[in-house]
Amino acid sequence: MSVEKILFYIFSAILLSAAVLIVTRKNPVHSVLWLVVAFFNAAILWMMLEAEFLSIVLVLVYVGAVMVLFLFVVMMLDINITELRAGFVRNLPVAVLVAAVMMAEILLVVGSSHFGLDKVAAPVRHGADYNNTAELGFALFTDHLYAFEIAAVILLVGIIAAISLTLRKRPETKYQDPSKQISVKSADRLKMVKMDGED
Amino acid sequence: MISLSEYLIVSALLFSISIAGIFLNRKNVLLLLMCIELMLLAVNLNFVAFSHYLNDLQGQIFVFFILTVAAAEAAIGLAILVVVFRTRRTINVDELKDLKG
Repeated sequence: MSVEKILFYIFSAILLSAAVLIVTRKNPVHSVLWLVVAFFNAAILWMMLEAEFLSIVLVLVYVGAVMVLFLFVVMMLDINITELRAGFVRNLPVAVLVAAVMMAEILLVVGSSHFGLDKVAAPVRHGADYNNTAELGFALFTDHLYAFEIAAVILLVGIIAAISLTLRKRPETKYQDPSKQISVKSADRLKMVKMDGED
Repeated sequence: MISLSEYLIVSALLFSISIAGIFLNRKNVLLLLMCIELMLLAVNLNFVAFSHYLNDLQGQIFVFFILTVAAAEAAIGLAILVVVFRTRRTINVDELKDLKG
């Protein structure tokens, strides 16, 4: 067995056991932390598939941003775990049954009789001068430019939607209103009073 | 050498585990969102594996767009979750039935 294959089995095993832990942990914070482990191992598997750019993006964007966002939300919400765990044991047989049936069906399709090494040969590894990021960028900015710009707009919509959904005005908090501050005139603030001088 | 079917089996196992997770944690919206992320990861693993074995970069480009959309989806989903929690003080799916759906 080659070193590559051993590494593949180690990282796949960690990925799958992390996935099992995500769905079975009581505490949602632990689930998020195991999700980080799962993403990290998936990134390593992508690295073995020579998708270096996407692998780094997965670590930076998913582990670095999305998982931190999840962690913030989990810790901000004061949720009752026992109430949400109700029905876990009751649903267990159905869940295992559905997962097993799906697993068996997918295995029939993707087993080694259809996608084994004799059907799909392992490709030749690229040389050291191959640059995955440059290749991906070239394809992205030429053939897929339109889709790329749509993706940018989707991200913008995501930002605006997330902020406008969670932004709230509290009546008890004091705010400055810049437009009112700018449009104020000196006459509104300062009142000249004519007084008789004292003798 | 690692064959394509081994990557596909890992990804299928990952997908099945997250399907089971959706059944197990069907009261907790937070866990449901996390299971969806896990399913998307399994799909992405499929795309990257096919892209490598068929020597075609299109698969990786597709993964790039899936990651973009998934990030936006996670941000909006969590924002909705926070708003729901503020108004209802719970994220239990059974109690979210105002729309009588």
